[in-house]
Amino acid sequence: MSDFSEDLLRPTKEDDPAERSVRSCSGMRLPWLQKHVESVLTRGKKEKDFAQTTSACLSFIQEALLKHQWQRAAEYMHSYLQTLEDSDSQKRQAAPEMIWKLGSEILYYHPKSSVETFNVFADRMKNIGVMNYLTISLQHTLYLLHHGLLDDANRNLSQAETWRYGEKSSSQEALINLVQAYKGLLQYYTWSKKKKELSELDEDDYAYSTASQNMFSHSWKTSINFSALIQTPGVWDPFVKSYVEMLEFYGDQDGAREVLSNYAYDEKFPSNPNAHVYLYNFLKREKAPREKLISVLKILYQIVPSHKLMLEFHRLLRKSDQEEHRRLGLEVLFGVLDFAGCTKNLPAWHCLAKYLRQILMRSHPAWVQEEWDSRKSWWPGFHFSSFWAKSDWKEDRALAYEKAFVAGILLGKGCRYFRYISKQDHQVLRKKFKRMKKLVKKHSIVNP
Amino acid sequence: MDREEAKELRERCTQCAAVSWGLTDEGKYYCTSCHNVTDRSKEVLNIEAIPNAKKQAINRGLKVRKKHERGWDWYVCEGFQHILCQQAEALKALGVGPEVKSPVLHNLWKRYLQKSQQAYCENPVHTRKRKAAAPGSPSASDWESEPALLSEASGPSLGDSGADGCGRPSPPGRASQSEMASVCSGSLDGVEYSLHKEKGLVKMTVPATLALCGLALLWQREALALSDLLRFVEEGHIPYVNAFEHFPEEMKLYGRDKGIFAIEAWPSYEDIHRKMIEVATFLDLPRFPAITEDCYLHPNILCRKYLMEVNLPDEMHDLTRQVVQMAGLGEADILTFDPIGTRARAVKYDVQAAAIIVVVLKLLFLLDDHVEWSLSEIAETYNQENREDKPCFDFRKWYHVMKKSFDEKKQKWEEARAKFVWKSEKPLYHSPIDRSVAHKRREMVVNLQKQFSTLADSAPTAAKHSPSSFQFRWAGEGPGAVCFHGHRLRGILCRKGRSLRTRNSLYWLSTQRFCRSYCKHVTTYEESNFSLSYQFIINLFSFLLRIKTYFLHEEVSLIEKRLFKTKYSKPKTKPSRSRKVRK
Repeated sequence: MSDFSEDLLRPTKEDDPAERSVRSCSGMRLPWLQKHVESVLTRGKKEKDFAQTTSACLSFIQEALLKHQWQRAAEYMHSYLQTLEDSDSQKRQAAPEMIWKLGSEILYYHPKSSVETFNVFADRMKNIGVMNYLTISLQHTLYLLHHGLLDDANRNLSQAETWRYGEKSSSQEALINLVQAYKGLLQYYTWSKKKKELSELDEDDYAYSTASQNMFSHSWKTSINFSALIQTPGVWDPFVKSYVEMLEFYGDQDGAREVLSNYAYDEKFPSNPNAHVYLYNFLKREKAPREKLISVLKILYQIVPSHKLMLEFHRLLRKSDQEEHRRLGLEVLFGVLDFAGCTKNLPAWHCLAKYLRQILMRSHPAWVQEEWDSRKSWWPGFHFSSFWAKSDWKEDRALAYEKAFVAGILLGKGCRYFRYISKQDHQVLRKKFKRMKKLVKKHSIVNP
Repeated sequence: MDREEAKELRERCTQCAAVSWGLTDEGKYYCTSCHNVTDRSKEVLNIEAIPNAKKQAINRGLKVRKKHERGWDWYVCEGFQHILCQQAEALKALGVGPEVKSPVLHNLWKRYLQKSQQAYCENPVHTRKRKAAAPGSPSASDWESEPALLSEASGPSLGDSGADGCGRPSPPGRASQSEMASVCSGSLDGVEYSLHKEKGLVKMTVPATLALCGLALLWQREALALSDLLRFVEEGHIPYVNAFEHFPEEMKLYGRDKGIFAIEAWPSYEDIHRKMIEVATFLDLPRFPAITEDCYLHPNILCRKYLMEVNLPDEMHDLTRQVVQMAGLGEADILTFDPIGTRARAVKYDVQAAAIIVVVLKLLFLLDDHVEWSLSEIAETYNQENREDKPCFDFRKWYHVMKKSFDEKKQKWEEARAKFVWKSEKPLYHSPIDRSVAHKRREMVVNLQKQFSTLADSAPTAAKHSPSSFQFRWAGEGPGAVCFHGHRLRGILCRKGRSLRTRNSLYWLSTQRFCRSYCKHVTTYEESNFSLSYQFIINLFSFLLRIKTYFLHEEVSLIEKRLFKTKYSKPKTKPSRSRKVRK
């Protein structure tokens, strides 16, 4: 018959919680702190049950969306719509955006939803609050496009384009530009369809002239639509691409060049590899001098050293008269192969093998040595392990051959990869192997 | 005679600028020089004084339709009267005796109006500015005795003060006042009411109407505890949130009325309980009818109810009864609410009953995450060996059954709360200018709701389940529902001599030391400091009562304080005794 409180199995638990939380330093517990922080957040006002239930409702909706329970989400949405009438004006103003996001998601996936329901919803949401009109219009358009309703999308954009509300803020202006650009994109789409039709027609055909006239009238409208957006900083790849295509088609090379160089070189624009790609392709079509092409790709090389244009860049550099360029050519090749995604890139390995031979024959081993110095610590494991030797030989003999050659040059004939490949007895490749061994012996930068 | 009547209006005529007013048959002012009829009406004050006045107009009293959209002139207290009336009706529909509504609630309300000097007194608040408090609205006729209520109120004061003699402001002044008021609120005294502060005055609020209902129920000793009342409010069986929706069409609400009548929170137990005491002291109520052993609110009966509710064996009732007796909780003196007593303290009957059960569970099973499980093992082996016998109560099995149904219930409750519709069909706005915006917004929401409800799953889930004082059902043989009511406590109690003793002789106190500072709470509840089974039981009961966990924990501690007095009074010495339970 022991005393009831002293014999407790968990004596610490019986301490007065408040006392305990003060005493223990490491796990200090301040029960009032949470409340205090909350009251600071709500500016001293007690959070009403309304706010609590609507936020609970929101999390139920999010959970339902996550689990693809569209009906359940719609059920909770019914209650969540109350936030549009929240007495807290700040929350009330934020509500339409939230409801639009949730509602459009539900209507997009819901099995019973249709384009009509979506349209009705979008039209209703556009007119709640002023600030959301354009964003909702744009997203509505994208929805229509996704369902292949080009005419409806176009009409929707025209409506948005002409929408004005008092003094538009600067953010709204950017949106209007975007709306116009999308309109332009739609026009481009019909234009390119016509272009395709036109290319199928005979030039002497009666229909040809009317069709071509149609196309001309399109072009200037579109240029207005695009130009405003393209001048504001941002990433506008599809717009720029289609705009340039149209300009080129009508022979406005200077205009196209201006647009592209502005897009690529203007410092206000975010760095965008595609801008340089577009410019390069344009210049290539224009048959611009090599120097110019190299200068464009140099920038691309700095942004994306593993870009698939890099091999083309290498080829340009290789052909260049300047020694500096030729050296850069080697650097570019090594750079491409630094990336894990390019380990099985046969052309790259082929280029490297060929170029190494060329360079070493012209006796520039210093170049090779310099590139190799920074890589010799990790390339053997990264590219030339015996695992790779086996799997490369199994999957792609040509690749294995090129790699073995490079390995031999860089690591000497003692290296595992080279040894493994050269040991493989293969009738067709026997001759090739013999030559390889000879070359490696002659040129390897590793002195035996 | 007409001229006499129209002297109060001192404004100039808008057409001829003369100050010479007469009254038309409808009680409207007209200019005697240019015969321009204004839309301003003479408020009917003295029935005999007006010739040709229609009787109906008089019956309507001050509720003159000024403009159609403006509705009636009405006072805030009339709004509360409406709400109380609805709540009383709802209670009646729930099966409460009709006496709760009338006379009890009726009398409480009359007394409130009197104490707060709004009616039934000399020179009520309204008449200081305005002659008579408005008589009951037409719709109040469904509250049989009600139309008489406020007209009664104006009656005596009318007679006493002698017609319209005493210091009443002139009609123009009054007109402008009511005009001013109606810009900021739909009711006549909305602005005034929300600004009015007076020491000692308990202002009527929507939560306070529930406190009045609670008092009326307590007075009648109805079988409805406060937690049940609040649960019915939450489930929508008693009007509370948006109770103003059912006001007559002509009672317009906006502006300040929004702050008075719009509610965006459910009533909390603590809040309403405090309000009940506050209101009762304000009303200077006498001692309430005694809570004796045959009353529903007596701990013995409530304990039995909650034991059934949480599926515990009936045999435990003997133990709860003994705990009640030992702690002295069953005496009418303690249980009866006496607002005038030195320290007005109303017992939280339902919370107390739950706490008693928790104490008994602690006595039986210790609830330290060890003893209860080892006792369950004993019970389990006993049950396996004696299959034909009445089974012995197995705590573990009970825990599994309860945990499952509790979790399901709580999940459903949370979902229902998340779906709760707060906003009324009558939108409230700050000023008449916002009216159209509010209505448009409302319409938009309704349209969107329609759209989404067609996409929602199945039929509308709004099918309200009928109100029940029990939340769990165990008697029916549902899947997974095991009824423990008939189980025995044999394994937990053991015979010693002629008395039965609990097999577990240990006990721990929920609170070792009570807070003696001036803060209101006596203890704190930091969940993680307690055993898991204790947490579960506290959570279970506080969910049933819809109260905060610390609130129940506090009550448990208070009961333990009464039970183990020596432990608290002499903290230095170690009292050593075991809990003996006689059977």
